[in-house]
Amino acid sequence: MKKLAFLKRKEPLNDTQLLMTITIVIFFVMYLSAVLLLGGGFLHPQQIFDMLNDNASLIIVSCGLTIVMIGGGIDISVGAVTSLVVMSCVLYLNKGGNIFVSLLLALGIGLAFGLVHGFLVSYLEIQPFIVTLAGLFFARGMTTILSVNPQKVQHTAFNNLRAKKIEISWLGYRAKNGTLVPARIELGVVAALFCVILVWILLKYIRLGRNFYAIGGNQQSALMLGINVKRTRFMSYVLSGLLSGLAGYVFMMHTGAGNATNAAGMEMNAIASSIIGGTLLTGGVGNVIGTFFGTLSLTTIKKIVVSSGLNDPWWQSITTGGMLCFFILLQSVVLGRRQKKAKT
Amino acid sequence: MQEESLLTMRRIDKRFPGVLALNGVDFTLRKGEIHALMGENGAGKSTLIKVLTGVYQMDGGEIRVEGEKVSIHSPQDAQNAGISTVYQEITLCPNLTVAENMFIGRSRGAWVRQNKLEERADEILTKLGIPARSTQLLGSCSLAVQQMVAIARAVDMQCKVLILDEPTSSLDDKEVKQLFDLMRDLKKQDVGIIFVTHFLDQVYEVSDRITVLRNGELVGEYLTEELPQLQLVSKMIGKELEELSNLGDSEEEKIMQPEVFYEAEGLSSTEALPFDFSIRKGEVNGFTGLLGSGRSESVRAIFGADKVTGGTVKINGKPVKIQRPIDAMKHGIGYLAEDRKRDGIIAELSVRENIILALQVMNGMWRPISRSESESFADEYIKVLNIKTASRETPVGSLSGGNQQKVILARWLLTHPDYLILDEPTRGIDVGTKLEIQKLVLKLAEEGVSVTFISSEVEEMLRTCSRLIVMRDRHAVGELTGKDLNQTQVMKTIAGGES
Repeated sequence: MKKLAFLKRKEPLNDTQLLMTITIVIFFVMYLSAVLLLGGGFLHPQQIFDMLNDNASLIIVSCGLTIVMIGGGIDISVGAVTSLVVMSCVLYLNKGGNIFVSLLLALGIGLAFGLVHGFLVSYLEIQPFIVTLAGLFFARGMTTILSVNPQKVQHTAFNNLRAKKIEISWLGYRAKNGTLVPARIELGVVAALFCVILVWILLKYIRLGRNFYAIGGNQQSALMLGINVKRTRFMSYVLSGLLSGLAGYVFMMHTGAGNATNAAGMEMNAIASSIIGGTLLTGGVGNVIGTFFGTLSLTTIKKIVVSSGLNDPWWQSITTGGMLCFFILLQSVVLGRRQKKAKT
Repeated sequence: MQEESLLTMRRIDKRFPGVLALNGVDFTLRKGEIHALMGENGAGKSTLIKVLTGVYQMDGGEIRVEGEKVSIHSPQDAQNAGISTVYQEITLCPNLTVAENMFIGRSRGAWVRQNKLEERADEILTKLGIPARSTQLLGSCSLAVQQMVAIARAVDMQCKVLILDEPTSSLDDKEVKQLFDLMRDLKKQDVGIIFVTHFLDQVYEVSDRITVLRNGELVGEYLTEELPQLQLVSKMIGKELEELSNLGDSEEEKIMQPEVFYEAEGLSSTEALPFDFSIRKGEVNGFTGLLGSGRSESVRAIFGADKVTGGTVKINGKPVKIQRPIDAMKHGIGYLAEDRKRDGIIAELSVRENIILALQVMNGMWRPISRSESESFADEYIKVLNIKTASRETPVGSLSGGNQQKVILARWLLTHPDYLILDEPTRGIDVGTKLEIQKLVLKLAEEGVSVTFISSEVEEMLRTCSRLIVMRDRHAVGELTGKDLNQTQVMKTIAGGES
């Protein structure tokens, strides 16, 4: 009997769980309707894996952003930091650098941005939007200084690593000429899933993670409860920076080149992913699993748009905007109804 | 009672820009006593508490816990020194569970074992008789329960000193009793409790000793049983208070102007059930009832503060439509909201700016009030209402509660309303200001202004109102006038029984 206890919900879903559930359900509904309306392409496992391959770095960045947003902050520098990391690592590798050191370089750059952001936001109490906006411009500028021209990685060992993919033959398909093409998953996806799981554990079972919720829910209360609010907030930016660094590396693994316009607008996609996944901009509510599905939803809708023959890039922006709007409306309606219910 | 001193604060100084908030205050708490800290708003009670809990840093003096000198620079330091506080405003996180709220910020180690915490929380909740589940989100509990969770947290921290800052202001009688039982229980366990409240009766019901502060200075420390209530009040205010007992006696016969100013039939809003209501010119009436009985919701409907869903409203006999606050204001209705911090003051703006706010809104944005005009308005009302502020440009947020309330009153008086709704104007403010506000209400009524007055203190309403509407469970259940206006009758009607 005791084994079954976890199946029985003692409590109704809390806001975080509710919003996440909505996102997951909508994702599956959306994907299913894509399969039904647009046919077989969406049924293919490789389609899902491609979504993950293309968006591994976005998923990682969104994880970091979710942490910051749960803590009641915002970090809009993540895309620019990712871009700077890509460019730095490409240049370093092309000078004959070591792969392991290049990974450390990526994490180091991300960490440095996180530390500075965290310090300015938490200890000098400057608005996070301003601080990270400055970070955004700074990182973009640095990227252009490093190289105006696109740079391709010429590092053999790295390119070998980059070419390594996890192949699952039973999920593959037969090409027209009869050869079996296995399903391919990039290493970056493994890193991204790993991040999602780690951050999920952090937010659910680790003291620091719970403290993020506390400071996002009510900063003053958190202080009174004896939480070191400043340090906690500081840590949220550090983690976001660190994950941006990792995302940059994964981005480079995916594209194999550095470009000053890399990851342009990624911060906005990451914010959209988090919000669609049920993270509130006001803080205190959010979940990284939701964010993960938020990214997938965002990608799916873009794919649907492209598959429907609307190839011009603005259609993707328009649908992204529409979807974000839809989710925010849905969330506010759902939460509003809830509050009303709670009152009576 | 043990005479061993648990906490001593000596010669505590605290300066704010332009104000000496605490001037060499001494305070002593003994083991196993309930010690009431009394004083008007602005007397320095909150400041003293905040110094003790590490929210403010003191500028001079020393604090000893069990004879050992402690330095408190943050709420954490205070917790480590065994000092726990339950604030008037709930200082827990509504987005976390009850269990988490009880244990967050206390555990060491990186991992949080939710199940274990929940088990322990349930144990404590059961022991203290608090009606909450550990897995519940705190935000889904009532305010009273949230408060009790805060106390449960403090109790579980094995605190030596427990500070209760206005703990009863959001509790009903039964819950207050529960809280007092809990306090007496803790007393037996040698916990020293500092009890800050505005309810004099409660002080006499539960406390052993009283320390009185006034204007940031210590007036004295007294044994509760040796200090009669009236004397306590005069020590808090600093003058003999014959007026306090005299006010009200002369209010037996109120001359009423016959014309009805405001009349509502079947008025309802998203929050209030349909009700009928009318008020004559120069009449002071009141809504009474327990917390949550719908008294605030009703007046909010009158003002259009919640979405009005039905009913007809007449002003001076003519039908009007009041859907939004601005409609009400244009018809000469003013509303002083219950929650001063949320719906009243704009803390960052100056006294002057806060005062002209309502008038400016009524004028519309195309007719700005000139600087010199607004300055003279502000100066006038600062003087008339005796608002204690460094200057008219001081941010309202830095004033004491009572003075903030006066600023909002000034804001409405400036619009020269025909009908003023005051929802809990005396909540959380000191006795002296309370009295001033009550007098002001009566004076306004004499000038022909209709006033609706809501207060949690029935006594206060009996003193000012000539008609009381009693509410229970969101319905008006009785209307008392004349001879029926006495405490027993009100209580009876609220309780709903015949005896």
